[in-house]
Amino acid sequence: MLEYYLQLLVNGLVVGSIYSLVALGFVIIYKATKVVNFAQGELLMVGAYVCYALTVQAQVPFVAAFLLTLGFSVVLGLAVERLALRPLIGEAHISVIMVTIGLSSVLKSLVQLFWGTNIQVFPEVLPNTPVFIAGMPVSPVYIAAFALSFLLFAGFSLFFKYSRLGIAMRATAFDQQAAQSMGIGVKNIFALSWCIACVVSCVGGVILGNINGINAQLGYMGLKVFPAVILGGLDSLLGAAVGGLIIGVLENVCDGLAKDVLNLSGFKEVAAFVVLVVILMIRPYGLFGTHEIERV
Amino acid sequence: MELLRVENLEVVYNDVVLVLKGLSLSAAKGRITALLGANGAGKTTTLKAVSGLLHGEDGEVTDGCVLYDGAPIHRLPPERIVRAGVFQVMEGRRVFEDLDVEENLRCGAFTRPRSSFAPNLEKVYAYFPRLKERRKQLAGYMSGGEQQMLAIGRAIMAEPRLLLLDEPSLGLAPLLVEEIFDIIRRFNQSEGVTVLLVEQNARAALSVAEHGYIMENGRVVMEGPSKDLLNNPDVQEFYLGLSQGGEKKNYRSVKHYRRRKRWLG
Ligand SMILES: Nc1ncnc2c1ncn2[C@@H]1O[C@H](COP(=O)(O)OP(=O)(O)OP(=O)(O)O)[C@@H](O)[C@H]1O
Ligand SMILES: [Mg+2]
Repeated sequence: MLEYYLQLLVNGLVVGSIYSLVALGFVIIYKATKVVNFAQGELLMVGAYVCYALTVQAQVPFVAAFLLTLGFSVVLGLAVERLALRPLIGEAHISVIMVTIGLSSVLKSLVQLFWGTNIQVFPEVLPNTPVFIAGMPVSPVYIAAFALSFLLFAGFSLFFKYSRLGIAMRATAFDQQAAQSMGIGVKNIFALSWCIACVVSCVGGVILGNINGINAQLGYMGLKVFPAVILGGLDSLLGAAVGGLIIGVLENVCDGLAKDVLNLSGFKEVAAFVVLVVILMIRPYGLFGTHEIERV
Repeated sequence: MELLRVENLEVVYNDVVLVLKGLSLSAAKGRITALLGANGAGKTTTLKAVSGLLHGEDGEVTDGCVLYDGAPIHRLPPERIVRAGVFQVMEGRRVFEDLDVEENLRCGAFTRPRSSFAPNLEKVYAYFPRLKERRKQLAGYMSGGEQQMLAIGRAIMAEPRLLLLDEPSLGLAPLLVEEIFDIIRRFNQSEGVTVLLVEQNARAALSVAEHGYIMENGRVVMEGPSKDLLNNPDVQEFYLGLSQGGEKKNYRSVKHYRRRKRWLG
């Protein structure tokens, strides 16, 4: 019995680490540009499909395919920012939100157009003999997924803390005009934010593809970032990490509980949103968020 | 020799509000020039037109030009203008509150090569030892005076040739105002940087500047060497708060009105 819940916990942490990545992308865009990106999940989906196309359809070795996917996501981020968002700088929030919603439909349709709606499976990259951690079997791909998310988070934390561009991004997030007066090109910072958001989401997509396979519904993963970022605080990177993990664990454990105790299934899909409602009632700025931050 | 020349500048906000109505001024190389005027005269707008920060505010230069070192710059984006050596210290300090002191200074150095960061940092700390003591403190937790030092420190990090200062004395105690102006003067003298200084505090500004402009309603209404301005009765009355004799109050207020009219004409 305990094993059952431990297994749920591990699943939750792995899925949660992917939520964290997507939430990280969302928070970076929100912080730097104040845009609420409803297409974050679709960016993940596109990353997953591009990697799938490269490994399965073009028979590129996985590591090379992964690097190519990263390159692609950088280009995608630049293109999205340039074509969809930049023309809207200075427009009302609601128009910008509508554009990101439109973007999510466009990306979804493109994926369906190219790859159909069936589930596609990635080739196995890592051996599937489980590794034992504290006596519990864990699949290597789970460990790799968690480690990769962790590395990305650590990398970006260092980037924002110490690099010239990272500091410039934080400055821009705090006061755009003052950043401009320092000679920081705010448009470049916006483009960079979208690049980073695309990269982390696409990596999330690739990881997810390796674990679960992919289909055109993958974009709905993006909806989970809302409970995650609202739990963590809309403008906090640490919050995105913790929020994603908590939501992942909660939904798996709650689902398990519901099945086990109440004989209910399908609780997984709603658990995160129940949490969302509760947080909004007791702590609307999230665990790590800025108090006076605007809610959307 | 002038480093900055503004000619017949017209600025419109939101396509309708005409704020600068043919403003002309110049700043001599290596000197401090003061730009004075009442609230809403358009001083900040003038600085933003020079630094390019108008673009982000729906402000537009509709006529005239800004020449920096002889070349027009009023169509360039702000980052290009900063790279060319023009740096504006904005009104109200505008430090990045959730960055620490040193990170703020790194933002000031954004356009400069990495190699000049360390020596410039030492320079800033030499001017403002208090910033060195607080180098790891979040800027948001510093006092107004320390924030103003940080704002000027960021400017020093940018190695400007033309420094635009917008009301550096705003909200500071008199002693601190003196300290800040003293540092502005030292920075001007040791680096040869040209300064255009916008101030409400006319006396402090004219005491460090060689030359001054007084603007009203989007135009320059008077200019001259600081000494002359300090001795000018109109300036004394309107900007230095001195008035000669209180008896003829009514007459004076009429005259006051006439003078304003003439300045506007
Ligand atoms: N972004 C803006 N949009 C519209 N109008 C503006 C904008 N900025 C300034 N103005 C208007 O332009 C006029 C001049 O403003 P400006 O800030 O240049 O004055 P100032 O001389 O700096 O005043 P103060 O001494 O109070 O700082 C004011 O009437 C102001 O209302
Ligand atoms: Mg002003």
